[in-house]
Amino acid sequence: MSKIISKEEFTDKIKDGMTIMIGGFLGNGTPETLIDVIVEKGVKDLTIIANDTAFVEKGIGKLIVNKQVKKVITSHIGTNKETGRQLNAGELEVVLAPQGTLAEQVRAGGAGLGGILTPTGLGTIVEENKQKIVVDGKEYLLETPLRADVALIAGTKVDKLGNAFHTKSTRNFNPLMASAADLVVVEAEEIVEVGEIDPDVVMTLGIFVDFIVRSETNG
Amino acid sequence: MDKIKVKETIAKRVALEMKDGDLVNLGIGLPTMVANFIPENIHITLQSENGFVGLGPAPAQGKEDKDLINAGAQHVTILPGGAFFDSLTSFAIIRGGHLDATVLGALQVDEKGNLANWMIPGKMVPGMGGAMDLVTGAKKVIVAMVHTAKGTPKILKECNLPLTAAGKVDLIVTEMGVMKVTDKGLLLTELNSEFSVEEIQKATDAKLIISEDLREMRSN
Repeated sequence: MSKIISKEEFTDKIKDGMTIMIGGFLGNGTPETLIDVIVEKGVKDLTIIANDTAFVEKGIGKLIVNKQVKKVITSHIGTNKETGRQLNAGELEVVLAPQGTLAEQVRAGGAGLGGILTPTGLGTIVEENKQKIVVDGKEYLLETPLRADVALIAGTKVDKLGNAFHTKSTRNFNPLMASAADLVVVEAEEIVEVGEIDPDVVMTLGIFVDFIVRSETNG
Repeated sequence: MDKIKVKETIAKRVALEMKDGDLVNLGIGLPTMVANFIPENIHITLQSENGFVGLGPAPAQGKEDKDLINAGAQHVTILPGGAFFDSLTSFAIIRGGHLDATVLGALQVDEKGNLANWMIPGKMVPGMGGAMDLVTGAKKVIVAMVHTAKGTPKILKECNLPLTAAGKVDLIVTEMGVMKVTDKGLLLTELNSEFSVEEIQKATDAKLIISEDLREMRSN
């Protein structure tokens, strides 16, 4: 069975109310074509899990601007004025998590763990309503796992089984998100034959990837 | 002092805190300038929390790589010996005690080493990004900032904005001087000769303890 699908076939998989993880860091390593498809379809009430909400005209920012998101779980919204505006107007729920915590929550979701213990956030409002656990005399916050209905990730070079290589700083959250969703779609800048990516440099495992869509954006 | 001189004074002094072989994370803005003033005999490695070590300077115009940015979405380069990784490894480095120092700005910092730099409730909520992990995990936390916000003190007895981390700041460097966070409060160890002790105290809400060895603020 081929994992390569068209934009139209991808459109059918995205529904109102879904929880979607999206890879990238300020739009770097973000699946722009997949986001454009979701913007065009106009599905509503999405919950987005991502490092940040990028910029008004780039990456996840476009979904915010188009008012398709009801809740975002993220570490930073400061580069997208519209996220702040919707938050202050009560139109959008924003759950802020420290970046390292967010990454570990996604890993926990994909790795079958019940959560992680971190010192980050102790003594701040991040600890509100969270369980504290002492290990060897040191206090930690219990942060619970995150999973999604769909993970959308970006690959620089992807083979037809979905094994992906992410160049330079585009790796970020992509490999971990691929393990933490029921359906995983990778947007490929370049699709290559199986065997063309050295197994030593595979960063996102094809075994996690359900579908591949060819990227139509460049930069 | 004009704005540029103020920032350079701070960045030059922070640069003197770096030791040969240190792994360091510099925040976006003023802290990034520290990299320009590292003494020649000191070699440090910079980490970029979006996923690499070996952060280099901005590329020449026209040489930007769309796949290589820093944590502030600016185009940068990677130096020989650098390495890329995912966000898990990035924060294992930060949280796991592998980072020798982190340099950040502040909205407020207080005499107990508390830092607030990620939100002003009801006004500005950019989010903490990697700041909470950096301040929690780095071996040394250096706050590099202009001493006041247009005259309003930022160095307080107690922060009233939501904290980034509690009791983690080690050193505060401003254009007026250098203050060390101690059990007894803020110890003024260096003073810029353009200011008097009275002037720096007036610009500071917390009571400064004046070091017996108070010296002129160093720049190289």
